[in-house]
Amino acid sequence: MKLVTAIIKPFKLDEVREALSAIGVQGITVTEVKGFGRQKGHTELYRGAEYVVDFLPKVKIEAAIKSEMLDQVIEAIEKSANTGKIGDGKIFVFDLDQVVRIRTGETGADAL
Amino acid sequence: MKKFLTALAAVLAIGLASVTNSWAEEKPADTAAPAAAADSAAPAAAEAPADAAAEAPKLDSGSTAWMMTATVLVILMTIPGLALFYGGLVRQKNMLSVLMQVFVTFSVLSVVWVAAGYSLAFTEGSNFIGGLEKAFLSGVTPDSLQGVIPEYVFITFQLTFAAITPALIIGGFAERIKFSAVLLFMVLWMLAVYVPVAHWVWGGGFLADDGAKDFAGGTVVHINAGIAALVGCLVLGKRIGYGREAMPPHSLTMTMIGASMLWVGWFGFNVGSELAADGTAGLVLVNTQVATAAAVLGWMFAEWIFRGKPSMLGAASGAVAGLVAVTPACGFIGPMGGILLGLIAGVLCFWAVTTLKGLFGYDDSLDVFGVHGIGGIIGAILTGVLMAPGLGGVGYPEGITMGAQLWIQTKSVLITIVWSGVVSFILYKIVDMIVGLRVTEDKEREGLDITEHGETAYHS
Repeated sequence: MKLVTAIIKPFKLDEVREALSAIGVQGITVTEVKGFGRQKGHTELYRGAEYVVDFLPKVKIEAAIKSEMLDQVIEAIEKSANTGKIGDGKIFVFDLDQVVRIRTGETGADAL
Repeated sequence: MKKFLTALAAVLAIGLASVTNSWAEEKPADTAAPAAAADSAAPAAAEAPADAAAEAPKLDSGSTAWMMTATVLVILMTIPGLALFYGGLVRQKNMLSVLMQVFVTFSVLSVVWVAAGYSLAFTEGSNFIGGLEKAFLSGVTPDSLQGVIPEYVFITFQLTFAAITPALIIGGFAERIKFSAVLLFMVLWMLAVYVPVAHWVWGGGFLADDGAKDFAGGTVVHINAGIAALVGCLVLGKRIGYGREAMPPHSLTMTMIGASMLWVGWFGFNVGSELAADGTAGLVLVNTQVATAAAVLGWMFAEWIFRGKPSMLGAASGAVAGLVAVTPACGFIGPMGGILLGLIAGVLCFWAVTTLKGLFGYDDSLDVFGVHGIGGIIGAILTGVLMAPGLGGVGYPEGITMGAQLWIQTKSVLITIVWSGVVSFILYKIVDMIVGLRVTEDKEREGLDITEHGETAYHS
Protein backbone atom coordinates (compact mmCIF):
# COMPACT_ATOMS: atom_id res chain seq x y z
CA MET A 1 0.00 0.00 0.00
CA LYS A 2 1.13 3.54 -0.64
CA LEU A 3 0.30 6.95 0.77
CA VAL A 4 0.31 9.50 -2.00
CA THR A 5 0.69 13.10 -0.90
CA ALA A 6 0.28 15.89 -3.44
CA ILE A 7 0.74 19.64 -2.95
CA ILE A 8 -1.28 21.45 -5.59
CA LYS A 9 -2.65 24.90 -6.39
CA PRO A 10 -5.92 25.42 -4.48
CA PHE A 11 -8.11 26.09 -7.52
CA LYS A 12 -7.08 22.71 -8.99
CA LEU A 13 -8.63 20.75 -6.14
CA ASP A 14 -11.95 20.00 -7.86
CA GLU A 15 -10.25 18.76 -11.03
CA VAL A 16 -7.86 16.51 -9.13
CA ARG A 17 -10.68 15.12 -7.01
CA GLU A 18 -12.71 14.24 -10.09
CA ALA A 19 -9.71 12.67 -11.81
CA LEU A 20 -9.06 10.46 -8.77
CA SER A 21 -12.71 9.46 -8.48
CA ALA A 22 -12.70 8.52 -12.13
CA ILE A 23 -9.94 5.94 -11.59
CA GLY A 24 -11.53 4.51 -8.47
CA VAL A 25 -9.86 6.28 -5.55
CA GLN A 26 -12.72 6.43 -3.06
CA GLY A 27 -11.42 8.72 -0.31
CA ILE A 28 -8.92 11.54 0.14
CA THR A 29 -7.93 13.91 2.93
CA VAL A 30 -7.47 17.57 2.10
CA THR A 31 -5.58 20.16 4.15
CA GLU A 32 -5.00 23.85 3.49
CA VAL A 33 -1.29 24.55 3.75
CA LYS A 34 1.23 27.28 3.00
CA GLY A 35 4.48 26.86 1.21
CA PHE A 36 6.83 27.91 -1.52
CA GLY A 37 9.23 26.40 -3.96
CA ARG A 38 10.35 28.39 -6.92
CA GLN A 39 7.19 30.49 -7.06
CA LYS A 40 7.79 33.97 -5.64
CA GLY A 41 5.58 35.40 -2.89
CA HIS A 42 3.97 38.83 -2.85
CA THR A 43 4.19 42.07 -0.93
CA GLU A 44 1.46 43.36 1.37
CA LEU A 45 1.23 46.94 2.45
CA TYR A 46 -0.53 48.14 5.62
CA ARG A 47 -0.13 51.89 6.06
CA GLY A 48 3.60 52.23 6.59
CA ALA A 49 4.40 48.57 7.14
CA GLU A 50 5.48 46.47 4.17
CA TYR A 51 5.40 42.69 4.49
CA VAL A 52 6.98 40.31 2.01
CA VAL A 53 4.89 37.16 2.15
CA ASP A 54 6.90 34.18 0.91
CA PHE A 55 4.32 31.60 1.76
CA LEU A 56 1.64 30.94 -0.77
CA PRO A 57 -1.59 29.11 -0.07
CA LYS A 58 -1.61 25.57 -1.36
CA VAL A 59 -3.75 22.46 -0.89
CA LYS A 60 -2.36 19.12 0.30
CA ILE A 61 -4.17 15.96 -0.80
CA GLU A 62 -3.46 12.61 0.82
CA ALA A 63 -4.75 9.34 -0.54
CA ALA A 64 -4.05 5.80 0.70
CA ILE A 65 -4.03 3.42 -2.28
CA LYS A 66 -3.15 -0.09 -3.34
CA SER A 67 0.39 -0.31 -4.68
CA GLU A 68 -0.84 -1.61 -8.06
CA MET A 69 -2.71 1.66 -8.66
CA LEU A 70 0.30 3.90 -8.02
CA ASP A 71 1.17 4.74 -11.64
CA GLN A 72 -2.46 5.51 -12.51
CA VAL A 73 -2.86 7.75 -9.48
CA ILE A 74 0.33 9.68 -10.18
CA GLU A 75 -0.71 10.20 -13.78
CA ALA A 76 -4.21 11.32 -12.80
CA ILE A 77 -2.93 13.89 -10.32
CA GLU A 78 -0.16 15.11 -12.58
CA LYS A 79 -2.48 15.69 -15.53
CA SER A 80 -5.32 17.34 -13.60
CA ALA A 81 -3.18 19.59 -11.40
CA ASN A 82 -0.93 20.83 -14.16
CA THR A 83 -1.11 24.44 -15.43
CA GLY A 84 2.33 24.64 -16.95
CA LYS A 85 3.35 27.55 -14.70
CA ILE A 86 5.73 27.63 -11.77
CA GLY A 87 4.02 26.64 -8.51
CA ASP A 88 2.02 23.65 -9.81
CA GLY A 89 3.30 21.57 -6.90
CA LYS A 90 4.77 18.15 -6.19
CA ILE A 91 3.69 14.57 -5.53
CA PHE A 92 5.31 12.53 -2.73
CA VAL A 93 4.92 8.76 -2.39
CA PHE A 94 5.33 6.98 0.95
CA ASP A 95 5.20 3.29 1.81
CA LEU A 96 2.14 2.61 3.93
CA ASP A 97 2.64 -0.10 6.60
CA GLN A 98 -0.88 -0.53 7.90
CA VAL A 99 -4.42 0.74 7.34
CA VAL A 100 -7.44 0.07 9.64
CA ARG A 101 -11.11 0.89 9.01
CA ILE A 102 -12.28 2.11 12.40
CA ARG A 103 -15.95 1.17 12.05
CA THR A 104 -15.42 -2.47 11.13
CA GLY A 105 -11.87 -3.22 12.15
CA GLU A 106 -10.89 -4.33 8.62
CA THR A 107 -7.18 -4.02 7.91
CA GLY A 108 -4.82 -3.89 4.96
CA ALA A 109 -6.11 -3.68 1.42
CA ASP A 110 -9.69 -4.37 2.62
CA ALA A 111 -9.60 -1.11 4.52
CA LEU A 112 -8.74 1.00 1.48
CA MET B 1 -9.96 39.03 48.36
CA LYS B 2 -8.19 42.33 48.96
CA LYS B 3 -8.87 43.42 45.39
CA PHE B 4 -12.52 42.54 45.74
CA LEU B 5 -12.93 44.49 48.98
CA THR B 6 -11.16 47.51 47.51
CA ALA B 7 -13.41 47.45 44.47
CA LEU B 8 -16.51 47.04 46.59
CA ALA B 9 -15.48 49.94 48.81
CA ALA B 10 -14.88 52.17 45.79
CA VAL B 11 -18.22 51.33 44.23
CA LEU B 12 -20.09 51.91 47.47
CA ALA B 13 -18.32 55.21 48.02
CA ILE B 14 -19.20 56.50 44.57
CA GLY B 15 -22.75 55.25 44.82
CA LEU B 16 -23.28 56.79 48.24
CA ALA B 17 -21.77 60.10 47.24
CA SER B 18 -23.81 60.41 44.08
CA VAL B 19 -27.10 59.51 45.74
CA THR B 20 -26.46 61.87 48.67
CA ASN B 21 -25.59 64.72 46.34
CA SER B 22 -28.70 64.45 44.25
CA TRP B 23 -30.85 64.55 47.37
CA ALA B 24 -29.08 67.71 48.52
CA GLU B 25 -31.18 70.81 48.61
CA GLU B 26 -31.73 71.86 45.04
CA LYS B 27 -30.12 75.07 43.99
CA PRO B 28 -32.23 77.42 41.87
CA ALA B 29 -32.19 75.97 38.40
CA ASP B 30 -29.43 77.61 36.40
CA THR B 31 -30.83 79.05 33.24
CA ALA B 32 -28.53 78.76 30.33
CA ALA B 33 -26.61 81.66 28.91
CA PRO B 34 -28.66 83.61 26.42
CA ALA B 35 -25.77 83.27 23.99
CA ALA B 36 -27.86 81.99 21.14
CA ALA B 37 -27.25 78.64 19.56
CA ALA B 38 -26.39 80.51 16.39
CA ASP B 39 -23.27 81.90 18.02
CA SER B 40 -20.93 79.46 16.39
CA ALA B 41 -17.87 80.90 18.09
CA ALA B 42 -18.56 79.09 21.34
CA PRO B 43 -21.18 76.46 20.69
CA ALA B 44 -20.80 74.82 24.06
CA ALA B 45 -20.18 77.88 26.21
CA ALA B 46 -20.64 77.55 29.94
CA GLU B 47 -23.40 79.34 31.66
CA ALA B 48 -22.58 83.03 31.95
CA PRO B 49 -24.58 85.45 34.05
CA ALA B 50 -27.79 86.09 32.16
CA ASP B 51 -27.70 89.19 30.01
CA ALA B 52 -30.46 91.34 31.43
CA ALA B 53 -31.45 92.73 28.06
CA ALA B 54 -31.79 89.36 26.30
CA GLU B 55 -34.69 86.95 26.62
CA ALA B 56 -34.02 83.63 28.39
CA PRO B 57 -34.07 80.87 25.74
CA LYS B 58 -36.86 78.33 25.75
CA LEU B 59 -36.73 74.63 25.10
CA ASP B 60 -36.79 73.87 21.38
CA SER B 61 -38.19 70.40 20.84
CA GLY B 62 -36.75 70.05 17.33
CA SER B 63 -33.26 70.81 18.59
CA THR B 64 -33.76 68.62 21.63
CA ALA B 65 -34.87 65.66 19.55
CA TRP B 66 -31.94 66.17 17.23
CA MET B 67 -29.44 66.46 20.10
CA MET B 68 -30.69 63.26 21.67
CA THR B 69 -30.16 61.60 18.30
CA ALA B 70 -26.73 63.17 17.92
CA THR B 71 -25.78 61.83 21.33
CA VAL B 72 -26.75 58.32 20.32
CA LEU B 73 -24.81 58.67 17.06
CA VAL B 74 -21.65 59.53 18.96
CA ILE B 75 -22.21 56.59 21.29
CA LEU B 76 -22.33 54.39 18.19
CA MET B 77 -19.00 55.91 17.11
CA THR B 78 -17.37 54.48 20.22
CA ILE B 79 -19.25 51.22 20.56
CA PRO B 80 -18.81 49.52 18.23
CA GLY B 81 -17.37 51.99 15.69
CA LEU B 82 -14.01 52.76 17.26
CA ALA B 83 -13.83 49.33 18.88
CA LEU B 84 -14.11 47.55 15.53
CA PHE B 85 -11.93 50.03 13.67
CA TYR B 86 -9.12 49.43 16.14
CA GLY B 87 -9.93 45.77 16.72
CA GLY B 88 -9.57 44.81 13.09
CA LEU B 89 -6.14 46.41 12.97
CA VAL B 90 -4.55 44.27 15.68
CA ARG B 91 -3.58 40.62 15.57
CA GLN B 92 -6.25 38.06 16.23
CA LYS B 93 -4.83 37.16 19.63
CA ASN B 94 -5.44 40.71 20.87
CA MET B 95 -8.83 41.45 19.31
CA LEU B 96 -10.85 41.08 22.49
CA SER B 97 -8.42 43.15 24.52
CA VAL B 98 -9.01 46.12 22.22
CA LEU B 99 -12.78 45.65 22.21
CA MET B 100 -12.71 45.36 25.97
CA GLN B 101 -10.53 48.41 26.53
CA VAL B 102 -12.79 50.60 24.40
CA PHE B 103 -16.03 49.19 25.80
CA VAL B 104 -15.02 49.48 29.44
CA THR B 105 -13.29 52.85 29.05
CA PHE B 106 -16.56 54.12 27.65
CA SER B 107 -18.42 52.73 30.64
CA VAL B 108 -16.18 53.90 33.44
CA LEU B 109 -15.81 57.39 32.00
CA SER B 110 -19.57 57.73 31.68
CA VAL B 111 -19.76 57.45 35.46
CA VAL B 112 -16.76 59.66 36.20
CA TRP B 113 -18.09 62.33 33.83
CA VAL B 114 -21.34 62.80 35.68
CA ALA B 115 -19.59 62.43 39.02
CA ALA B 116 -17.02 65.17 38.47
CA GLY B 117 -16.00 65.74 34.87
CA TYR B 118 -18.99 67.71 33.70
CA SER B 119 -18.85 70.10 36.61
CA LEU B 120 -15.13 70.71 36.28
CA ALA B 121 -15.39 71.29 32.55
CA PHE B 122 -18.56 73.29 32.18
CA THR B 123 -19.15 75.38 35.28
CA GLU B 124 -17.75 78.86 35.41
CA GLY B 125 -14.91 78.40 37.91
CA SER B 126 -11.73 80.13 36.82
CA ASN B 127 -10.17 80.59 33.40
CA PHE B 128 -8.31 77.37 34.03
CA ILE B 129 -10.83 74.97 35.49
CA GLY B 130 -14.47 74.82 36.50
CA GLY B 131 -15.83 74.18 39.96
CA LEU B 132 -17.51 71.27 41.70
CA GLU B 133 -20.94 72.89 42.10
CA LYS B 134 -22.43 70.38 39.73
CA ALA B 135 -20.55 67.33 40.91
CA PHE B 136 -22.87 64.33 40.73
CA LEU B 137 -25.09 66.66 38.66
CA SER B 138 -26.19 68.40 41.81
CA GLY B 139 -28.74 71.08 41.05
CA VAL B 140 -29.55 69.88 37.59
CA THR B 141 -33.19 69.02 37.04
CA PRO B 142 -35.19 67.82 34.05
CA ASP B 143 -36.21 71.44 33.53
CA SER B 144 -32.67 72.84 33.50
CA LEU B 145 -31.71 74.22 30.12
CA GLN B 146 -28.47 74.63 28.24
CA GLY B 147 -29.27 76.94 25.38
CA VAL B 148 -32.44 75.55 23.83
CA ILE B 149 -32.00 71.95 24.98
CA PRO B 150 -32.36 70.31 28.38
CA GLU B 151 -29.16 70.38 30.37
CA TYR B 152 -29.35 66.62 30.86
CA VAL B 153 -29.17 66.21 27.10
CA PHE B 154 -26.20 68.56 26.93
CA ILE B 155 -24.51 66.65 29.75
CA THR B 156 -24.98 63.33 27.98
CA PHE B 157 -23.86 64.73 24.65
CA GLN B 158 -20.68 66.04 26.24
CA LEU B 159 -20.30 62.72 28.06
CA THR B 160 -19.91 60.95 24.74
CA PHE B 161 -17.06 63.29 23.81
CA ALA B 162 -15.36 62.87 27.17
CA ALA B 163 -15.58 59.11 26.79
CA ILE B 164 -14.43 58.70 23.21
CA THR B 165 -11.41 60.98 23.49
CA PRO B 166 -9.52 58.83 25.97
CA ALA B 167 -10.66 55.70 24.13
CA LEU B 168 -8.80 56.97 21.07
CA ILE B 169 -5.53 56.76 22.97
CA ILE B 170 -5.88 52.98 23.21
CA GLY B 171 -4.51 52.70 19.70
CA GLY B 172 -1.13 54.03 20.78
CA PHE B 173 -0.34 51.27 23.23
CA ALA B 174 -2.43 48.44 21.87
CA GLU B 175 -1.27 44.83 22.16
CA ARG B 176 1.04 45.39 25.14
CA ILE B 177 -0.69 47.31 27.92
CA LYS B 178 -2.29 45.85 31.03
CA PHE B 179 -6.04 46.17 31.29
CA SER B 180 -5.80 47.50 34.86
CA ALA B 181 -3.39 50.17 33.64
CA VAL B 182 -5.86 51.23 30.94
CA LEU B 183 -8.69 51.59 33.44
CA LEU B 184 -6.68 53.66 35.87
CA PHE B 185 -5.01 55.79 33.23
CA MET B 186 -8.28 56.59 31.49
CA VAL B 187 -9.95 57.92 34.62
CA LEU B 188 -6.95 60.05 35.55
CA TRP B 189 -6.45 61.30 32.02
CA MET B 190 -10.02 62.38 31.50
CA LEU B 191 -9.95 64.40 34.69
CA ALA B 192 -6.43 65.84 34.37
CA VAL B 193 -6.14 66.43 30.61
CA TYR B 194 -9.49 66.28 28.82
CA VAL B 195 -11.50 68.25 31.37
CA PRO B 196 -9.14 71.25 31.62
CA VAL B 197 -8.76 71.56 27.85
CA ALA B 198 -12.52 71.22 27.39
CA HIS B 199 -12.96 73.98 29.93
CA TRP B 200 -10.45 76.23 28.18
CA VAL B 201 -12.12 75.83 24.77
CA TRP B 202 -15.79 75.25 25.55
CA GLY B 203 -16.34 75.84 29.23
CA GLY B 204 -15.60 79.53 29.43
CA GLY B 205 -11.87 79.22 29.80
CA PHE B 206 -8.98 81.22 28.41
CA LEU B 207 -8.66 79.67 24.94
CA ALA B 208 -12.23 80.63 24.13
CA ASP B 209 -11.58 84.10 25.52
CA ASP B 210 -8.58 84.36 23.23
CA GLY B 211 -10.86 83.62 20.29
CA ALA B 212 -9.66 80.14 19.37
CA LYS B 213 -12.04 78.53 16.88
CA ASP B 214 -12.61 74.85 17.54
CA PHE B 215 -16.09 73.83 16.56
CA ALA B 216 -16.34 70.21 17.59
CA GLY B 217 -13.04 69.43 19.25
CA GLY B 218 -9.95 69.41 17.06
CA THR B 219 -7.84 70.38 20.04
CA VAL B 220 -9.99 69.05 22.87
CA VAL B 221 -10.41 65.63 21.33
CA HIS B 222 -7.95 64.87 18.57
CA ILE B 223 -4.74 66.69 19.37
CA ASN B 224 -5.23 65.80 23.03
CA ALA B 225 -5.59 62.10 22.29
CA GLY B 226 -2.99 62.06 19.55
CA ILE B 227 -0.28 63.52 21.76
CA ALA B 228 -1.22 61.28 24.69
CA ALA B 229 -0.94 58.26 22.39
CA LEU B 230 2.45 59.38 21.10
CA VAL B 231 3.75 59.82 24.63
CA GLY B 232 2.22 56.48 25.59
CA CYS B 233 3.82 54.51 22.81
CA LEU B 234 7.18 56.05 23.70
CA VAL B 235 6.80 55.35 27.42
CA LEU B 236 5.61 51.78 26.92
CA GLY B 237 8.07 51.02 24.16
CA LYS B 238 7.63 49.04 20.99
CA ARG B 239 5.81 45.77 20.71
CA ILE B 240 8.03 42.69 20.82
CA GLY B 241 9.12 41.92 17.31
CA TYR B 242 8.09 45.28 15.89
CA GLY B 243 9.93 45.86 12.65
CA ARG B 244 10.98 42.23 12.34
CA GLU B 245 7.90 40.11 12.75
CA ALA B 246 4.79 40.35 10.64
CA MET B 247 1.89 42.05 12.43
CA PRO B 248 -0.66 42.74 9.71
CA PRO B 249 -4.24 43.63 10.63
CA HIS B 250 -6.23 40.49 11.27
CA SER B 251 -9.50 41.79 9.84
CA LEU B 252 -9.66 44.80 7.57
CA THR B 253 -13.31 43.88 7.10
CA MET B 254 -13.93 44.82 10.74
CA THR B 255 -11.81 47.93 10.32
CA MET B 256 -13.89 49.06 7.37
CA ILE B 257 -17.10 48.42 9.32
CA GLY B 258 -15.70 50.45 12.18
CA ALA B 259 -14.53 53.26 9.92
CA SER B 260 -17.96 53.44 8.31
CA MET B 261 -19.66 53.68 11.68
CA LEU B 262 -17.24 56.42 12.64
CA TRP B 263 -18.06 58.31 9.44
CA VAL B 264 -21.80 58.07 9.99
CA GLY B 265 -21.64 58.69 13.73
CA TRP B 266 -19.39 61.70 13.27
CA PHE B 267 -22.38 63.63 11.98
CA GLY B 268 -23.64 63.45 15.53
CA PHE B 269 -20.24 64.59 16.74
CA ASN B 270 -19.85 67.57 14.41
CA VAL B 271 -23.39 68.60 13.60
CA GLY B 272 -24.43 68.03 17.20
CA SER B 273 -21.79 70.47 18.38
CA GLU B 274 -24.04 73.27 17.14
CA LEU B 275 -26.39 72.20 19.95
CA ALA B 276 -29.36 73.08 17.80
CA ALA B 277 -31.05 72.17 14.55
CA ASP B 278 -30.36 75.29 12.48
CA GLY B 279 -28.58 76.66 9.44
CA THR B 280 -25.11 76.37 10.86
CA ALA B 281 -25.82 72.74 11.62
CA GLY B 282 -26.64 72.35 7.94
CA LEU B 283 -23.29 73.85 6.99
CA VAL B 284 -21.54 71.47 9.36
CA LEU B 285 -23.41 68.55 7.80
CA VAL B 286 -22.23 69.23 4.28
CA ASN B 287 -18.70 70.10 5.40
CA THR B 288 -18.36 66.87 7.34
CA GLN B 289 -19.39 64.84 4.33
CA VAL B 290 -17.34 66.48 1.59
CA ALA B 291 -14.16 66.90 3.62
CA THR B 292 -14.21 63.23 4.54
CA ALA B 293 -14.85 62.10 0.99
CA ALA B 294 -12.03 64.31 -0.27
CA ALA B 295 -9.67 62.92 2.35
CA VAL B 296 -10.42 59.36 1.23
CA LEU B 297 -9.43 60.37 -2.28
CA GLY B 298 -6.38 62.28 -1.10
CA TRP B 299 -5.01 59.36 0.88
CA MET B 300 -5.94 56.82 -1.74
CA PHE B 301 -4.31 58.64 -4.64
CA ALA B 302 -1.21 59.41 -2.59
CA GLU B 303 -0.92 55.76 -1.75
CA TRP B 304 -1.60 54.67 -5.31
CA ILE B 305 1.09 57.00 -6.64
CA PHE B 306 3.74 56.45 -3.99
CA ARG B 307 3.11 52.85 -2.98
CA GLY B 308 1.68 51.31 -6.09
CA LYS B 309 -1.77 50.17 -5.00
CA PRO B 310 -4.83 51.85 -3.45
CA SER B 311 -5.72 49.91 -0.30
CA MET B 312 -8.86 49.48 1.79
CA LEU B 313 -6.89 50.37 4.88
CA GLY B 314 -5.72 53.52 3.16
CA ALA B 315 -9.23 54.54 2.18
CA ALA B 316 -10.56 53.89 5.67
CA SER B 317 -7.67 55.77 7.24
CA GLY B 318 -8.17 58.63 4.82
CA ALA B 319 -11.79 58.90 5.88
CA VAL B 320 -10.84 59.14 9.54
CA ALA B 321 -8.13 61.69 8.77
CA GLY B 322 -10.67 63.85 6.94
CA LEU B 323 -13.18 63.55 9.74
CA VAL B 324 -10.54 64.57 12.25
CA ALA B 325 -9.35 67.54 10.23
CA VAL B 326 -12.82 68.90 9.59
CA THR B 327 -13.80 68.58 13.26
CA PRO B 328 -12.47 71.97 14.40
CA ALA B 329 -13.30 73.63 11.07
CA CYS B 330 -16.77 72.39 10.19
CA GLY B 331 -18.79 75.32 11.45
CA PHE B 332 -16.47 78.01 10.16
CA ILE B 333 -15.51 77.08 6.62
CA GLY B 334 -17.36 76.64 3.35
CA PRO B 335 -17.90 73.31 1.59
CA MET B 336 -15.28 74.00 -1.06
CA GLY B 337 -12.85 74.82 1.71
CA GLY B 338 -13.90 71.53 3.24
CA ILE B 339 -12.91 69.65 0.11
CA LEU B 340 -9.52 71.35 0.09
CA LEU B 341 -9.05 70.63 3.78
CA GLY B 342 -9.91 66.96 3.25
CA LEU B 343 -7.49 66.55 0.36
CA ILE B 344 -4.66 68.10 2.34
CA ALA B 345 -5.41 66.07 5.46
CA GLY B 346 -5.61 62.84 3.47
CA VAL B 347 -2.23 63.37 1.87
CA LEU B 348 -0.42 64.72 4.95
CA CYS B 349 -1.73 62.05 7.29
CA PHE B 350 -0.72 59.40 4.77
CA TRP B 351 2.76 60.91 4.88
CA ALA B 352 2.68 60.95 8.68
CA VAL B 353 1.85 57.27 9.10
CA THR B 354 4.28 56.10 6.46
CA THR B 355 7.29 58.38 6.21
CA LEU B 356 7.24 60.27 9.51
CA LYS B 357 6.66 57.15 11.54
CA GLY B 358 9.40 55.34 9.67
CA LEU B 359 11.83 58.20 10.26
CA PHE B 360 11.46 58.19 14.03
CA GLY B 361 10.61 54.54 14.48
CA TYR B 362 7.99 54.88 17.22
CA ASP B 363 5.45 52.11 17.56
CA ASP B 364 2.18 54.04 17.57
CA SER B 365 0.39 50.78 16.89
CA LEU B 366 -2.80 52.12 15.38
CA ASP B 367 -1.51 55.51 14.22
CA VAL B 368 -3.38 57.63 16.72
CA PHE B 369 -0.77 60.38 16.49
CA GLY B 370 -0.46 60.10 12.73
CA VAL B 371 -4.18 60.44 12.12
CA HIS B 372 -5.72 62.17 15.13
CA GLY B 373 -2.71 64.17 16.22
CA ILE B 374 -1.52 65.35 12.82
CA GLY B 375 -5.03 65.56 11.40
CA GLY B 376 -6.17 67.62 14.37
CA ILE B 377 -3.24 70.00 14.02
CA ILE B 378 -3.87 70.43 10.29
CA GLY B 379 -7.55 71.07 10.89
CA ALA B 380 -7.04 73.48 13.75
CA ILE B 381 -4.54 75.59 11.85
CA LEU B 382 -6.27 75.52 8.48
CA THR B 383 -9.48 76.59 10.19
CA GLY B 384 -7.73 79.91 10.63
CA VAL B 385 -7.15 80.12 6.89
CA LEU B 386 -10.31 78.64 5.44
CA MET B 387 -12.66 80.74 7.57
CA ALA B 388 -11.77 83.69 5.37
CA PRO B 389 -14.84 84.99 3.53
CA GLY B 390 -12.85 85.02 0.30
CA LEU B 391 -12.39 81.27 0.71
CA GLY B 392 -16.02 80.61 1.45
CA GLY B 393 -15.76 80.79 5.22
CA VAL B 394 -17.94 82.54 7.77
CA GLY B 395 -15.41 85.33 8.23
CA TYR B 396 -13.34 86.53 11.16
CA PRO B 397 -14.55 88.27 14.30
CA GLU B 398 -14.52 92.04 14.30
CA GLY B 399 -11.00 93.38 14.04
CA ILE B 400 -9.25 90.04 13.55
CA THR B 401 -7.15 89.40 10.48
CA MET B 402 -6.27 86.01 9.03
CA GLY B 403 -2.80 86.34 10.45
CA ALA B 404 -4.11 87.12 13.91
CA GLN B 405 -6.54 84.22 13.80
CA LEU B 406 -3.81 81.89 12.58
CA TRP B 407 -1.68 82.88 15.53
CA ILE B 408 -4.55 82.24 17.95
CA GLN B 409 -5.15 78.84 16.38
CA THR B 410 -1.48 77.96 16.51
CA LYS B 411 -1.27 79.08 20.12
CA SER B 412 -4.20 76.87 21.12
CA VAL B 413 -2.59 73.94 19.30
CA LEU B 414 0.74 74.47 21.04
CA ILE B 415 -0.84 74.86 24.46
CA THR B 416 -2.83 71.69 23.99
CA ILE B 417 0.23 69.77 22.81
CA VAL B 418 2.28 70.88 25.79
CA TRP B 419 -0.46 70.26 28.35
CA SER B 420 -1.41 66.86 26.99
CA GLY B 421 2.20 65.83 26.48
CA VAL B 422 3.46 66.78 29.92
CA VAL B 423 0.48 65.68 31.99
CA SER B 424 0.01 62.43 30.06
CA PHE B 425 3.66 61.58 30.68
CA ILE B 426 3.24 62.16 34.40
CA LEU B 427 0.07 60.06 34.49
CA TYR B 428 1.74 57.17 32.67
CA LYS B 429 4.50 57.20 35.25
CA ILE B 430 2.03 57.28 38.12
CA VAL B 431 0.04 54.37 36.68
CA ASP B 432 3.27 52.46 36.10
CA MET B 433 4.12 52.87 39.79
CA ILE B 434 0.71 51.76 40.99
CA VAL B 435 -0.21 48.83 38.74
CA GLY B 436 2.53 48.63 36.11
CA LEU B 437 1.92 49.55 32.48
CA ARG B 438 3.15 46.72 30.33
CA VAL B 439 2.43 43.00 30.42
CA THR B 440 5.33 40.55 30.64
CA GLU B 441 7.00 39.30 27.48
CA ASP B 442 5.39 35.87 27.78
CA LYS B 443 1.94 37.35 28.08
CA GLU B 444 2.53 39.64 25.16
CA ARG B 445 3.62 36.69 23.03
CA GLU B 446 0.67 34.58 24.03
CA GLY B 447 -1.81 37.36 23.44
CA LEU B 448 -3.79 39.65 25.73
CA ASP B 449 -7.13 37.98 25.03
CA ILE B 450 -6.06 34.84 26.86
CA THR B 451 -3.76 36.35 29.44
CA GLU B 452 -5.80 39.43 30.46
CA HIS B 453 -9.32 38.27 29.72
CA GLY B 454 -9.32 34.47 29.60
CA GLU B 455 -11.03 34.42 26.23
CA THR B 456 -10.40 33.80 22.55
CA ALA B 457 -12.05 35.94 19.91
CA TYR B 458 -12.42 33.25 17.27
CA HIS B 459 -12.45 29.51 17.50
CA SER B 460 -11.99 28.24 13.96
